[in-house]
Amino acid sequence: MPNFYGTEVASRLMLGTAQYPSPAILADAFRRSGAGIATVSVRREAGGDRAGQDFWALIKELGVAVLPNTAGCHSAREAITTAHMARELFDTPWIKLEVIGHADTLQPDPFGLIEAARALTDDGFQVFPYCTEDLVLCERLLEAGCEVLMPWGAPIGTGLGLNNIYGLRSLRAHYPDVPMVIDAGLGLPSQAAQAIEMGFDAVLLNTAVAKAGDPAMMAESFALAVQAGALAHAADPMEPRDMAAPSTPVLGKAFL
Amino acid sequence: MSSPITILGSGVAGLCVAAELSGAGHAVTVIDPHLAPGAHGCSWWAGGMLAPDCEGEVAEEPVVRLGRDAADWWQGKGAQVTRNGSVVVALDRDRRQLDRFARQTENHQTLDRAALEALEPQLADRFDRALFMTQEAHINPRETLLGLHARLADAGVQFVKDGTPQGQVIDCRGLAARDALPDLRGVKGEMVILSAPDVTLSRPVRLIHPRFPLYIVPRGDGVFMLGATQIESGERSRATVRSIMELLNAAYALHPAFGEAEVLEIGVDARPAFPDNLPRIGRIGDRLYVNGLFRHGFLLAPAMARMVGAMVRHGDQPEVWHEDHS
Repeated sequence: MPNFYGTEVASRLMLGTAQYPSPAILADAFRRSGAGIATVSVRREAGGDRAGQDFWALIKELGVAVLPNTAGCHSAREAITTAHMARELFDTPWIKLEVIGHADTLQPDPFGLIEAARALTDDGFQVFPYCTEDLVLCERLLEAGCEVLMPWGAPIGTGLGLNNIYGLRSLRAHYPDVPMVIDAGLGLPSQAAQAIEMGFDAVLLNTAVAKAGDPAMMAESFALAVQAGALAHAADPMEPRDMAAPSTPVLGKAFL
Repeated sequence: MSSPITILGSGVAGLCVAAELSGAGHAVTVIDPHLAPGAHGCSWWAGGMLAPDCEGEVAEEPVVRLGRDAADWWQGKGAQVTRNGSVVVALDRDRRQLDRFARQTENHQTLDRAALEALEPQLADRFDRALFMTQEAHINPRETLLGLHARLADAGVQFVKDGTPQGQVIDCRGLAARDALPDLRGVKGEMVILSAPDVTLSRPVRLIHPRFPLYIVPRGDGVFMLGATQIESGERSRATVRSIMELLNAAYALHPAFGEAEVLEIGVDARPAFPDNLPRIGRIGDRLYVNGLFRHGFLLAPAMARMVGAMVRHGDQPEVWHEDHS
């Protein structure tokens, strides 16, 4: 099971908490998913006088670890300020660091990300950076003190799955011991299974579950997919090959 | 004359309950520090769509079913209800979302450009496909609240600032009742009112958008209401630049004529909601509570009022009854 900054988590599934039809349905989705971590945004909800506290109290009642995020921040400075607010609100050094570089694709800003990651780890935070699968960026994030990476599968909310299989495989192979979570872009359980089969430690979803017709049922289907992916990875899958190999030996034919 | 009733709060829930019970012959007093509906209550900032089918995209079944009779109820109480349906559109890149919306909702027709042109000519320049929700209606919430308030006063309902409650007390104070209802929370909403004389929309229009969903409700005389954000926060003030920019951008994407509109008003308040976002009627001690109407005040208040009426008069337990608030 994944271990993030020394904390073992009992599930490979992490869920976001936005966009559900109601907090009650959100809680149902968590129950049926068995997710071990809930991400929660604080920036827009905070307002004056901790106006979001009722919702955050509901999140705390889910009984899972809370990973606050800096969703909606477009600069390192903004993200750093939000991270401090989150640490105070949730009493945790964990922060999922998002620095958005492009308004339309919500693509991470690699430069702002490294700047903020460095500042936050220096300040005692345990940073979970939302990044791309770019190997050099990931290397710099590790140098900046991050001990977890959260590469995207595809842009946030698109449901396109793993867009760059080669890049993700290469990243996984270069850093076999760094906990990695596929964050963003997953739309279907099969895509989550694929990520875990490839050796990623966990997946994080929000829209795919929250915006499903039946969020709780979709949450459970992702839980089963992640379980299947983990079993497959542990079972050491066969290597693909070009030549067909009949599973039942064909007798009486010469080798070609 | 039946037993006296005291209602706390003159928002949409309080006034509808007052209308139902006063109509049944009870002596009704409404206590509200502001005496009458106004900017202090979140129903003042409502959109005024009576749109059970559209709401069914996200809301659970009771909202759709209980909301079905709202237009008739309001009309019966003398409100000016415009019953010409509503239109749902999506930008080109979100076309598939429109199909999904159609799957998740009922009572609609798919319009091609020609059919849309006949209904809302200005939209046909920009959209070649739309859903027409045939059963929906809209009202002007402020006129409706003030009109109902005046008719109730004429009918003998007393409106007082304070005083000792007499008889059965029915608490309809919305978010102010959090002192008694600990699982009630606020969901912040921001809205804009525009004067756009060049825009001719005659029915509510919803724009499906993955990030900035928007609805526009015509208020007559070229005035339109744009709504509304939905943020998990109990904050009742501070409309942010980001939210207002998103609303205005979405309106501009819907039709460029909104670019020349005049901003008349920016509003913000928080809707009272329980964790399932469904309304409740409950009792604590002797006091009845009607609350949690969330974003469905005008849609659900009539059904809630009817249930309260049936309970007070005949002891019928409402389907939205909630046993224990503590």
